[in-house]
Amino acid sequence: MPETTDFLYPFIEGDETDSATLLDDLARSAEGKWRQSSALREATLARCEAQLHATATAMAERFNAGGRLFTFGNGGSATDAEAVAHLYTQPPWGRALPARSLAEDQAVMTALGNDVGFELIFSRQLIAHGRASDIAMGFSTSGNSDNLMRAFAEAHKQGMLTVGLSGYDGGRMAAEGTPVEQCLVANSDSVHRIQESQAALNHALWAAVQAALAG
Amino acid sequence: MGNPVQLTKTVQLAQTVQLTDEIQGLTEDLALASLALARRFSAGATMWCASPTWTFHAHHVAVEFVHPVIVGKRALPAVTVPPAADMVATLRASVAPGDIVLVLADADDPRVIDTMRRGAAWGVETVWIGAGTQRPAAGSANHVIWLDTDDALGASELFVRIYHLLWELTHVCFEHPGLLKPEPECSDEVCITCSDEGRPAEVVLVDGDEALVRTPDGQERIDVSLIDSPSPGDLVLIHAGFAITSPGS
Repeated sequence: MPETTDFLYPFIEGDETDSATLLDDLARSAEGKWRQSSALREATLARCEAQLHATATAMAERFNAGGRLFTFGNGGSATDAEAVAHLYTQPPWGRALPARSLAEDQAVMTALGNDVGFELIFSRQLIAHGRASDIAMGFSTSGNSDNLMRAFAEAHKQGMLTVGLSGYDGGRMAAEGTPVEQCLVANSDSVHRIQESQAALNHALWAAVQAALAG
Repeated sequence: MGNPVQLTKTVQLAQTVQLTDEIQGLTEDLALASLALARRFSAGATMWCASPTWTFHAHHVAVEFVHPVIVGKRALPAVTVPPAADMVATLRASVAPGDIVLVLADADDPRVIDTMRRGAAWGVETVWIGAGTQRPAAGSANHVIWLDTDDALGASELFVRIYHLLWELTHVCFEHPGLLKPEPECSDEVCITCSDEGRPAEVVLVDGDEALVRTPDGQERIDVSLIDSPSPGDLVLIHAGFAITSPGS
């Protein structure tokens, strides 16, 4: 896929020897992307403020009722699920809360993926663990992952609170008839910038849950 | 019950994480690290990612390089060091000369300090990403990409940005094959008398006054009679077939 910077380098491929121009361009490119990420972060947090409050209040009610948080996602989003579970159970301040990533246990993941299919790896775990007082939180950049939609459907059926983080225009997670009650969307078409804003949403939501529990 | 005033404060707080002033040095460090990564990958490197505290960040870096989000970009060999593993022991057994070791950690993490100081003997390129008002000691890694903040949550968020950018810039470098040829080695430690340099090595086995050591060029037998009680895992400097000093041990 051609980069927009190609025109800056009028070299015959392989003959370029001075890295100073490239390094300078890389640094400027990084700065531009950094600022794009900051702008999306600010816009996303501002647009989602009321929704963050409503979601945090609902989550605090679940935690107060003995509910637990289950997180899930694929690929980089699986690491976000793990990061969120880590944040809730081992917080830098505030109350430690019960949370677990459904993408962390390789024995369970491979057993389910092999025996019943990859689209069921999260929903099957919710069938085993879920209670009506729990919270299901799924991360996707497209908002379309099949195994997430099946997990949300299962969680919704059980009466769990369902929270989704998505990108682009929200995808299936934000579409009509979705089992996701609260879908927080970072409106971008760059997977990286979406994940960066989702990290900000995760932290803001966590802090709001702590505030709701303390309030 | 939720408190909207507190929430507003939280969101505002999240919005005011300062991202402007220190970014110039940061983007220059990212550019240099990306070119180094592209050079190493072009020469066949595997990248070993580790984070004793934030395993999820190490996993995220590895999946980013192995399974690119942009269709058509090269899949690159990147691996996460298992969180329960002994970091030094796992890397010692696993890395090959020319590989990359990328660590996300605080400046005072003893496991990471011990890993990074072995980089020269193992012949690997080291990248240390972290945050805090305390930075790693000068020269403790080939590349230090640092956020000068004690805000752990803000830093964790920005780490995602940093490794995304590292991936994006590394792939830009692949479009400049002329710049990916290895640079000629330069050493400041050449002895004027015998032209032999002081080369870093790690002791593998000790046998009386002799030891088998590991260097970036492979294994060799050296004389260790000049140093006190060497043992496996020690770092030494070799000069003319002798271990002359054990740096930092």
